[in-house]
Amino acid sequence: MHRWDLLGLENTSASDIVWILDTAKSMSDIMTRDIKKVPTLRGKSVCTLFFEPSTRTRSSFELACKYLSADTLSFSTTTSSVRKGETLADTALNIQAMGIDAVVIRHQSSGAPHYLAQKLKCPVINAGDGMHEHPTQALLDMYTMREHGVNFEGAKVAIIGDIAHSRVARSNAWGLTKLGAHVVFCGPPTLIPPDADKLGAEVVADADEAVRDADVVYMLRLQLERQSGGLFPSVREYRELYGLNRRRLALAKRGALVMHPGPMNRGVEIESDVADGPQSVILEQVTGGVLVRMAVLFRALGGGNEWAGS
Amino acid sequence: MGWLIKGGRIVDPANHLDRVMDLRIEEGRVAEVGEKLERRASDRVLDANGLVVAPGLIDMHAHFREPGHEEKEDIETGSKAAVMGGYTTVACMANTDPVCDNAAVVRYVIERGKQVGLCDVLPIGAVSKGLKGEELAEMADMAKAGAVAFSDDGRPVTSASLMMKALQYSQIVKKPVISHAEDVSLSSGTSMHFGRVSTRLGLRGVPSAGEESIVMRDVMLCREVGGKLHLAHLSSAWSVRFVRWAKANGLRFTAEATPHHLSLDHDYLLEHPYDTNAKVNPPLRAPEDRAEVCKGLSDGTIDVIATDHAPHCVDDKDLEFDQAAFGISGLETALPVCYTTLVQDMGMSLSSLITKMSLIPAQILGLDSVLRGTLTPGARADIVIFDPHTERVVDVGEFQSKGHNTPFAGSKLRGWPVHTFYKGNLVMTERRLA
Amino acid sequence: MVLREKAKIMDEQAMDRALSRIAHEVVERNKGVEGVVLVGIRRRGVPLANRLKQKIAEIEGKNIPVGVLDITLYRDDLALKAEQPVVQKTEVPFSVKGKHVVMVDDVIYTGRTARAAMDAIMDLGRPRTIQLAVLVDRGHRELPIRPDYVGKNVPTSQKEIIHVKVSEIDGADEVVIEEARDGGEE
Repeated sequence: MHRWDLLGLENTSASDIVWILDTAKSMSDIMTRDIKKVPTLRGKSVCTLFFEPSTRTRSSFELACKYLSADTLSFSTTTSSVRKGETLADTALNIQAMGIDAVVIRHQSSGAPHYLAQKLKCPVINAGDGMHEHPTQALLDMYTMREHGVNFEGAKVAIIGDIAHSRVARSNAWGLTKLGAHVVFCGPPTLIPPDADKLGAEVVADADEAVRDADVVYMLRLQLERQSGGLFPSVREYRELYGLNRRRLALAKRGALVMHPGPMNRGVEIESDVADGPQSVILEQVTGGVLVRMAVLFRALGGGNEWAGS
Repeated sequence: MGWLIKGGRIVDPANHLDRVMDLRIEEGRVAEVGEKLERRASDRVLDANGLVVAPGLIDMHAHFREPGHEEKEDIETGSKAAVMGGYTTVACMANTDPVCDNAAVVRYVIERGKQVGLCDVLPIGAVSKGLKGEELAEMADMAKAGAVAFSDDGRPVTSASLMMKALQYSQIVKKPVISHAEDVSLSSGTSMHFGRVSTRLGLRGVPSAGEESIVMRDVMLCREVGGKLHLAHLSSAWSVRFVRWAKANGLRFTAEATPHHLSLDHDYLLEHPYDTNAKVNPPLRAPEDRAEVCKGLSDGTIDVIATDHAPHCVDDKDLEFDQAAFGISGLETALPVCYTTLVQDMGMSLSSLITKMSLIPAQILGLDSVLRGTLTPGARADIVIFDPHTERVVDVGEFQSKGHNTPFAGSKLRGWPVHTFYKGNLVMTERRLA
Repeated sequence: MVLREKAKIMDEQAMDRALSRIAHEVVERNKGVEGVVLVGIRRRGVPLANRLKQKIAEIEGKNIPVGVLDITLYRDDLALKAEQPVVQKTEVPFSVKGKHVVMVDDVIYTGRTARAAMDAIMDLGRPRTIQLAVLVDRGHRELPIRPDYVGKNVPTSQKEIIHVKVSEIDGADEVVIEEARDGGEE
């Protein structure tokens, strides 16, 4: 039987991605109704299994479940037995044994969702694994771009910052290039992974060059602790070289979108006047997140449609 | 009572022999090799028609985990795995618990090997006390007790100064120091090769330069202070190129490669994402690295094939990729992997293969006093008889090793050992332990 | 599955006449069109609802609102299959609270679609009544549901499929019975 896991966008087809974006769009009216709930996943239970703290991704998934009438169960490092030395597989198998219908996992190890998908019968949805992928983030980014009229075919999307450690950059690169966009990576050479172009993106050293004529300027969060790891010399220098300010944004296409996966380091990778400016769609990304996750959950649990009628 | 092995293709590189002949074993030694040897009344006959008869394989790099980690392997299961793989002599690394850094542990390992009695189990002593990389271990004492080489394998000798001292000491003990070349400042926290596959999988990668720089350091130290240096598991193209250059310039040391670095590269992890069976140190590198390691093996840059047999129990491997242990359980597949990759696919001669899997390891470990690694009359009758024709699928369920961790599971290979003689006794026959 | 057309049971004129009759019945039953709204069930209920609106406008001289309902998210018969259902937007740009909501669909069969559609409408607000108009009633109900307005009753076997074609989607107006050549209806 076909499984509707969502492990990453690398192995998700363009038509599947479009299906998710279309479905998310169709679901948008649910959020504006008096009764923000459809019975679609009534009686299904979804476990959010978070091994890394993340308020927004987790809340977004849980809201998406609630809008679709699925029940949710939260497991996190602080409340589960993971700290007692239980393996990931045992934790997940225990949850499955409770009758869970799908698992949403966030884990610091790249590949943890793939690993779980081999262990579990139920579908596994990746909510971010290590430095590997964060498919629902990329899908909500793409949803937001589409809502703002970005036509992926031929669009230039500049992704700037710590590419090496970014699952958001990887998932966006896979997803966007599948739909025909031109993705440009830019960041300090110490934060660009080897053979980054093999992810389908063009690697550009100069941030001005990356932003020039872009339809979307996507800033990544800089993990400030990377500085102590010696990966960049100072925040001051980083801001100068790679931060998004009004001058740099002016190099992009007129009305180019400014995006950020959050949480932002204001004054580091992005200046407040740009983050809060008219081109910023950062808050809309959050709204799109719930819709996209509803679509992904529906894909995992709603199943195919067998029309009983004519 | 002796044995008459009839009609096998006898491959004995020490005597430049590769011909279909008979071989007689008497009193645990090779008695004669010749055409159409007559059966004597006391001879048991073994029909080796269509099979290759070669000196028993010698592995100068394995981890038998005993003492201390018997859940992963012990000397008995390791020995069984060895003879299933056609090995009759295995040198075991010192990273046990307690560490093999003193004569007592050396004697223990030898004694346990003898109790099991399936093959020679020879201990490799630690270079530094407790593998801590600080103070030199009692190398001479261990050598006297029977250690055949010295290494901190599992981890590098981080301090160049300590490595220099070990090489200096290796002159008086006349045993090789085996270098595990790894720069921990580059490798710490990594779990695979640094390159396009690590980028795709989002895994931290170790650059080749981390191996190459330590290879160069150790070769240069050896040039300067002398001693016997052996480089373990070369995996990078530039390591091989440097070794080739250094040897061409008259420097004397030896080097090994493993079956997995000769046959696999990091693309395996694209086809099998996050398969921890392919997590090994040094990592499976790029296809161009693998090609250069193979080239180095055929042009003599690399002297030896060693398994780096590193068995782990399922609990150490059935984990998230970055949490899983490094290592491949290699003894039982080494010959078929090498035969299939090197002889069948790359056209290497059988004689070269046996040279690198038996003759040269015997020489490096100083085992020629008892005539090992050859079928010269008088040599100890350690013999592997393998089948170059029949294809078999690797089934870890059949492994004698406790370690089922191998990326070759399910591979179709040729060159499987069919019989193994140790000191003239048939310890494995028809792929079963005798 | 290969389908074979067995019989044409309604042509363009017959469809038009049936819709006219339904329009009259809606007006009659609701004593005018005060508070009446139409909701077409995707896909073919939508063009039928639009035609009804037009006919009612001709009769009463009043335009009544038409909404579009996608009931995929309300179905109880979503099964795990390799094909993903297409979810389309529900567009009911008016309040249904206190209204007489006439759901319009092409065929009623098991009644499950109508059940799902009623749930969907209830989630949009509390209507005064919900009524159901269909072009064809083919029988074989699995739920206690009965349409209020029927264009034509067509007794069928479960192997047969009723295919309502509308010019907006199919390029022609007609209703045909098809039969699966091998195996039954899915």
